[in-house]
Amino acid sequence: MIGIIDYGAGNLHSVLKATKQLGYETKLITSDSDHTDDITKIILPGVGNAKVAMDVLNSTGLSDYLKERVSKGIPLLGICLGMQLLLETSEEGNVPCLGLLKGAVPEFTDESEKIPHMGWNQVKDIQSHFLFENIPDETDFYFVHSYFAKPELQEEILGETNYGINFASVIGNSQVMGVQFHPEKSGKYGIQLLDNFCKQGGK
Amino acid sequence: MLRKRIVPAIDVLNDQAVKYVQFRNPTIIGDPAELGKKYTEDGADELIYLDTTASLKNQDLKLEWIQRVAEQVNIPFSVIGGVRTVEDFKNLLRAGADKVGVNSAAVMRPELLKEAADIYGKQCVVLGLDAMPIYNDEGEIVRWEVYTHSGHKKTGLDVVEWAQQAADLGAGEIICTSIHKDGMKNGYDVELIKLLSEKVNIPIIASGGAGKIEHIEEVFSEGKADAALVASMIHYGDYTIGEIKSYLQTKHVNVRHI
Repeated sequence: MIGIIDYGAGNLHSVLKATKQLGYETKLITSDSDHTDDITKIILPGVGNAKVAMDVLNSTGLSDYLKERVSKGIPLLGICLGMQLLLETSEEGNVPCLGLLKGAVPEFTDESEKIPHMGWNQVKDIQSHFLFENIPDETDFYFVHSYFAKPELQEEILGETNYGINFASVIGNSQVMGVQFHPEKSGKYGIQLLDNFCKQGGK
Repeated sequence: MLRKRIVPAIDVLNDQAVKYVQFRNPTIIGDPAELGKKYTEDGADELIYLDTTASLKNQDLKLEWIQRVAEQVNIPFSVIGGVRTVEDFKNLLRAGADKVGVNSAAVMRPELLKEAADIYGKQCVVLGLDAMPIYNDEGEIVRWEVYTHSGHKKTGLDVVEWAQQAADLGAGEIICTSIHKDGMKNGYDVELIKLLSEKVNIPIIASGGAGKIEHIEEVFSEGKADAALVASMIHYGDYTIGEIKSYLQTKHVNVRHI
């Protein structure tokens, strides 16, 4: 069963809808009290502000829940803000994040580009990864963000996108991973990427 | 490279997609969700729903069709119309909208933009801006002024100053409609869009005036728009979104392939 973290601010219904339509059983996780052991994979969706999101994750116990589950080997996919929260710190509110991946989240500062980076842009595959299965290199995905992930480990940069600079748009390893764009809003290839995450190790 | 976006606008009255003839006499053209799905399959990059339902009594009805759109459409969509409070933002986002637009309410109380951005992030705060040119005695445009209440009320605000203030407060995107161009089918207000694109550091969606496929190319190449809103051109079947994009590609406008 796929667990989807609900921390109040984000619009997670499209992620929920997409995973359901793909045929996966899903469950919303709103606090540490209602998680169940039958959750085999977790999605941390995201729209909103890093500081606000971390405050909620910490006060509900969801931060500890996520860290504990990851330490037990449960795969985790962060989406957009959810991806940024996987790293150690974010400049958005200068807040410590989950620290499940090494690195930080700076703000775009190139004044020649508009902020937020909003719209369809291409992802260049940097490493082969199961997330990219059946998705052509340089496929367009839908982005909306003003901050970006800067992983410390080069091998955790899985895909890159250009917006004034090349930034890491897909990050992680075989267990903890994140995408800066919104797969649930990126048409058929976005849905394919969600399926690639969810189907690992069987339904 | 970031693509230029083609954004169909769908008017909604009660819970039906409608089109207006000369801004009145709405005729039903379908279900908001089904129409959105069709345009998505045709290659739309995003959708904008303009809720023209006047009465707040229909709030539940509104959330219902938004939920249906969210069920069926897998690209982003905005809802604009009747939003006044942060609570309205919450309800619409919860129903599944990706972005919420405010127009008159933001002019009356600009802090609304900041309050919404602080909670939900700038990316879902869209400013709807209706503009009219002000002419000098020689008939030249000296500046543009902001109008509210569907273009009925003059505010005295300068369009560029208001756009900059809104961006500073928390708007993440601006849909700029030129009232004098809207429905005329003789092209977008390229001059205004260019000015806004140069002076404001958030994405600008050009709205009002598209009648021919060339107008869209013009607003991208000359107006530097980030996105172009299309309505009657596609609702009446003059063009499909695929045809628009194919044409733009021949003109080297960077649009997403389908």
